[in-house]
Amino acid sequence: MALTGVLRPGHVQMRVLDLEESVKFYRDVVGLVETGRDKQGRVYFKTWDERDHNSFIIRQAATAGLDFYAFKVADKATLDKFDADLRAYGLKTERIAAGDLLETGERVRFQIPTGHLIELYAEKTDVGNGLSYLNPEAWTGLAEKGIAPIRMDHILLYGPDIDGARKIFEDVLGFYLVEHVVLEDDKTDLAIWLSCSTKAHDLAFVRHPEPGKVHHVAFQLESWERVLRAADIMAMNKVNIDIGPTRHGITRGTTIYAFDPSGNRFETYCGGYASYPDWQPIKWTMDEVGRGIFYHNRKLNDTFLTVVT
Amino acid sequence: MSNYLITIEDSGESYRQRGERNLLEGMAALGRKGIPSGCCGGGCGVCKVEIVSGSYRKRAMSRAHVSAEDEAQHRVLACRIWPTSDLTLKVLGKMGKNLCRERGGEASRS
Ligand code: FES
Ligand SMILES: [Fe+2]
Repeated sequence: MALTGVLRPGHVQMRVLDLEESVKFYRDVVGLVETGRDKQGRVYFKTWDERDHNSFIIRQAATAGLDFYAFKVADKATLDKFDADLRAYGLKTERIAAGDLLETGERVRFQIPTGHLIELYAEKTDVGNGLSYLNPEAWTGLAEKGIAPIRMDHILLYGPDIDGARKIFEDVLGFYLVEHVVLEDDKTDLAIWLSCSTKAHDLAFVRHPEPGKVHHVAFQLESWERVLRAADIMAMNKVNIDIGPTRHGITRGTTIYAFDPSGNRFETYCGGYASYPDWQPIKWTMDEVGRGIFYHNRKLNDTFLTVVT
Repeated sequence: MSNYLITIEDSGESYRQRGERNLLEGMAALGRKGIPSGCCGGGCGVCKVEIVSGSYRKRAMSRAHVSAEDEAQHRVLACRIWPTSDLTLKVLGKMGKNLCRERGGEASRS
């Protein structure tokens, strides 16, 4: 197996202000599949094509924003090894018992210097995507319901010490830098895009004075045409679109940024090139950052650096 | 259909808000630069205003931006309130800065 260690983004838990309104939104507009509810009142979703029980979890709270973001690792031995490595690196880790999240094994949780809680886990029940493991069809009816993304793809986090966060992901967890935006001093990164796979990014950070903020959670779509279809669905449902459909210069992904009913931004994203760990990172400078973030109109909108939850 | 007079104390301007729009949508429909369009979901806090007079209906808004005391003092998020009478408001936070900047800009152009 060539893909070892950290396999992929696994689940994210978000806070919403009104649970049932948000359930309706994520189920009927985004087109996620509701897979369960737990005693704490959390609601679990996955995309139609994901096989593990859940990838997107919401709970009602007094504030919007991110509770934690998690990556699935190869197996339990890998989980134990990362736990030990993170402690040796000087981080505090916490073990959360299997079953705390529905159909999910033991989790290792730690806080990174940007203020965010990150988790690793090795086990989540395979509930399948509705297609057979033997001679399957290509898709199911759920693939057409709502925006219907394929997977929970990545997250963009905002916080102060993105260099410290980057070191943990690179040195302990095996991520690598794919692209970065460098400030006028030609040294300090304003933003970094990190990968644990051959995706152009699995995780990204923007330097920001307040810790623990989230810019967006991204859902992957299959094609640019599906991105346009997502825009139509957003229009029909009066979803507050932040920007798009457009393209990112960075990662080359096509995109829409929009807001859920609690003001959490989400992205419907397609494409992005395949990258490899031996590739040289791509660097962007501040005079071209507009084109880097929004390739077509070539400027940042007012909300990119300021509106977060 | 509802039809209320909304007065923005900072700039002295007023407008009529009709129908089921929230206060931020109404202000944005003025077409003025400087009215920030944030998340429109009560989560990001950029649209904070103080309602000086008038009544409104409200929905849950993030405690990260509106404390219980704020809420009691009618310092609320414009995207999460719906006027139920004529209103007078003051803009706060980021929106206030933007409005002031815009007014400065207009003054220097004239
Ligand atoms: S626009 Fe974000 S809280 Fe009103
Ligand atoms: Fe993204």
